[in-house]
Amino acid sequence: MPSRFVKGVRRIGHRTINSLLRLGVASRFFVLVLLHSGSSFRRPHLIIKELFSTGVLSLIIILVSGLFVGMVLGMQGYDTLQRYGSEEALGVMVALSLVRELGPVVAALLFASRAGSAITAEIGLMKATEQLSAMEMMAVNPIARVVAPRFWAGVLSMPLLAAMFSAMGVFGGYLVGVKLIGVDEGSFWSQMQSAVDFQQDIVNGIIKSFVFGVAVTAIALFEGYDAPPTAEGVSGATTRTVVTSSLAILALDFVLTAFMFRGEG
Amino acid sequence: MTADNLVEFQNVSFSYGKRPILKGISMAVPRGKVVAIMGGSGCGKTTMLRLIGGQIRPSVGAVAVDGQRVHELDADGLYQMRRRMGMLFQFGALFTDMSVFDNVAFQMREHTDLSESVIRDLVLMKLHAVGLRGARDLMPSELSGGMARRVALARAVALDPMLIMYDEPFAGLDPISLGVIGNLIRRLNDALGATSIVVTHDVHESLEIVDYVYFVSDGVIVAQGTPDEMRASDKPFVHQFVHGEEDGPVPFHYPASAYGEDLRLGGKHA
Ligand SMILES: Nc1ncnc2c1ncn2[C@@H]1O[C@H](COP(=O)(O)OP(=O)(O)O)[C@@H](O)[C@H]1O
Ligand SMILES: [Mg+2]
Repeated sequence: MPSRFVKGVRRIGHRTINSLLRLGVASRFFVLVLLHSGSSFRRPHLIIKELFSTGVLSLIIILVSGLFVGMVLGMQGYDTLQRYGSEEALGVMVALSLVRELGPVVAALLFASRAGSAITAEIGLMKATEQLSAMEMMAVNPIARVVAPRFWAGVLSMPLLAAMFSAMGVFGGYLVGVKLIGVDEGSFWSQMQSAVDFQQDIVNGIIKSFVFGVAVTAIALFEGYDAPPTAEGVSGATTRTVVTSSLAILALDFVLTAFMFRGEG
Repeated sequence: MTADNLVEFQNVSFSYGKRPILKGISMAVPRGKVVAIMGGSGCGKTTMLRLIGGQIRPSVGAVAVDGQRVHELDADGLYQMRRRMGMLFQFGALFTDMSVFDNVAFQMREHTDLSESVIRDLVLMKLHAVGLRGARDLMPSELSGGMARRVALARAVALDPMLIMYDEPFAGLDPISLGVIGNLIRRLNDALGATSIVVTHDVHESLEIVDYVYFVSDGVIVAQGTPDEMRASDKPFVHQFVHGEEDGPVPFHYPASAYGEDLRLGGKHA
């Protein structure tokens, strides 16, 4: 009879090996998706169709959340800035927070819970109802026909959604700061324009959301493709998509921020 | 292998992990015929179809289709071969995000350069053959079980395959749909000059339409013959199956320890 300690160590070992194995399977899947992407680009209507469903699915929630986040930023930012008598900097604060961090991160989190979970559920159900098997038997590779177009649609729509989130957020900050509280409209916009740097802020924000798009979509597709073909299997995979991709977004954000903005200021 | 057989199992064994499913199956499916594989649920019928389609490989032996050993084909060869096979999955497996029309058109669009107008005509012909030309714009979720099965049938024969495989085509259908599907299987086979394999546990319906029957039990072929021979057979297994008796060579009970012992009537445990 092994002691509890030995059992505990054994369990940790098991878990570690299983996670590593799954990570290996996931990486292999990701490489396969990239290798089989050619046909999606030769038939862009496949990507456009998925772009429509993933993008449009998330559009409303992204726009509404962006507006509210921007309005809250306007209030909180004004409250802090006016203590130092620099409330004209409100526009800069709102814009930089959104473009650098909140736009890419919050939009990606929303995208993971809205579109990511939908992708996992859809692929998982296609597998459970043998649609993927049927496709294989029709000599059509499901990774090329089903997975790759969804991957590229997710990757392309994420920066667009993040940009819309930021735009709505700036508008929300403007509504609260300028229209409601009465910050000077001219300095709100002009300071924003002069302080937001294209390369440093906008491009980096776009890179972030592109990376998040790759991560969320790849996780969602893998979880769906790997789901046990049962009702519990698919629902478990859907939950895992949201949890794993949210953690991945936050961890990647830390790493990317450290690289992009280190030594600045 | 003789050229008259489109599909041959040559001493095929297969296991899932350590669990043996098929144990040395040899059988032949002659060209142009409709052959049934019968056996209880879980005896490995679907597994046999997957072996033919090359989705899994035999652990011993080989499956040959049109003279080629399936597991020796590379990915391209396998895909070439699958283009000449049609398969009706157990629950239809229609693509739920496409209309009936697009489901049937799927392989034509993937594998041919036909223009949309030619595809339209072909799809309508296939749908007409299964009586569902009028349902072309419906989505799979709007179809009844029998209709979905017919659409899947039209999709399976979209590219006029040389081999059509049916996995439980009769399961869960009402008596009218049952007869309709049965007749369609026979008619499509003869009209296309194809060869068909029908996997089923539905004895009466299939004995009406097939040319030859293999009975599978416990991983081996326990009986074979024409439908008439099967009906007249006095082999206990075939008799039990054809007449739907509850107990016989196929036990009603899943293997278990003795009933009395399980209920702890032995005294020792009480
Ligand atoms: N992917 C799999 N992994 C492990 N066991 C499986 C798998 N698929 C089927 N089996 C098992 O193999 C046996 C035969 O399955 P199958 O060929 O589907 O039976 P049938 O179609 O005759 O009902 C069943 O007992 C089933 O539990
Ligand atoms: Mg089966």
